[in-house]
Amino acid sequence: MRRHAVLLALAGMCAGPAFAIDTTQLPNPALQARYEALTHELRCMQCQNQSIADSPVSLAADLRREVAEQLAAGRSDDDVREYMAARYGDFILFRPRMSARTAWLWSLPGLLLIGGAIVAWRIVRQRAALAANDPDFNGDELDR
Amino acid sequence: MTRYLLPLAAFALLAVVLGVGVRHSKDKGVVASPLIGRPAPQFTLPDLLVAGAPFDSRRMHGRWHALNVWGTWCVECRAEHEVLVAARQAGGLPIVGLNWRDDEAEARRWLAQLGNPYEAVPVDAEGRIAIDYGVYGAPETFLIDPAGVIVHKQIGPLTAEIWERDFLRRAARGKDGS
Repeated sequence: MRRHAVLLALAGMCAGPAFAIDTTQLPNPALQARYEALTHELRCMQCQNQSIADSPVSLAADLRREVAEQLAAGRSDDDVREYMAARYGDFILFRPRMSARTAWLWSLPGLLLIGGAIVAWRIVRQRAALAANDPDFNGDELDR
Repeated sequence: MTRYLLPLAAFALLAVVLGVGVRHSKDKGVVASPLIGRPAPQFTLPDLLVAGAPFDSRRMHGRWHALNVWGTWCVECRAEHEVLVAARQAGGLPIVGLNWRDDEAEARRWLAQLGNPYEAVPVDAEGRIAIDYGVYGAPETFLIDPAGVIVHKQIGPLTAEIWERDFLRRAARGKDGS
């Protein structure tokens, strides 16, 4: 019984895309792929945790039309991102661009990783020094 | 002692960062516009009330004015409308009412019933000009200076206080300065 419920739920999840909000079709598959990627990385400003590809509001439809028209007119992905950010701010981009203001955002994970590595290395060295200086220490303890 | 100092310092730092984040996002719905200080986008659109004579935004050059984005489908615009009507009666700052993605007949009925606070009502049926202005939710109101530069943007309905403080006073200061 439970297994059936799980299967039913999974089937429901698979059916999701069939009700997609956006039915735009661009003339060639490459353009269509770029269109779909772009609309998924632009934020719907009205319903801020959805992309414009997923949002049913009219502004999202207007912005999708804008993306489709600009791609069809031969503009690059970056042109479209620039166009959107110039009007709505960087907030519209789900993937923030590298700039002076966002540099810390991009560098923070790396810095945290290095910081964590230094801390871990120091702890390991301290422990090693403790063990080496401990007259009661014998190798068996490592097995515990 | 120093064992606890590092985690404590890390915790304090995190608390400060998160605290600042929470403090500064008390109104997540409001997103600062990158258009402040930039020239207002130019446009020519049909006028809701004057058939055959499209509204050209250059008509407003040389004057302080407000551009109010509205639609009859917008609930908060109704609450704001009487503030706009009172503002027009008081004079001071001409208001252009960009009618966004609306039904024209409904919009005319709205202005006939509730009063018309606008000097002109350009019709943005497809929402293209609203995109140029970075509009994401009506009502929004822009303050534009005589050189055509966007000085201020109000997101959400105007009140008499906001109109006085952010629009009339700014425009008055600008007039004194020039």
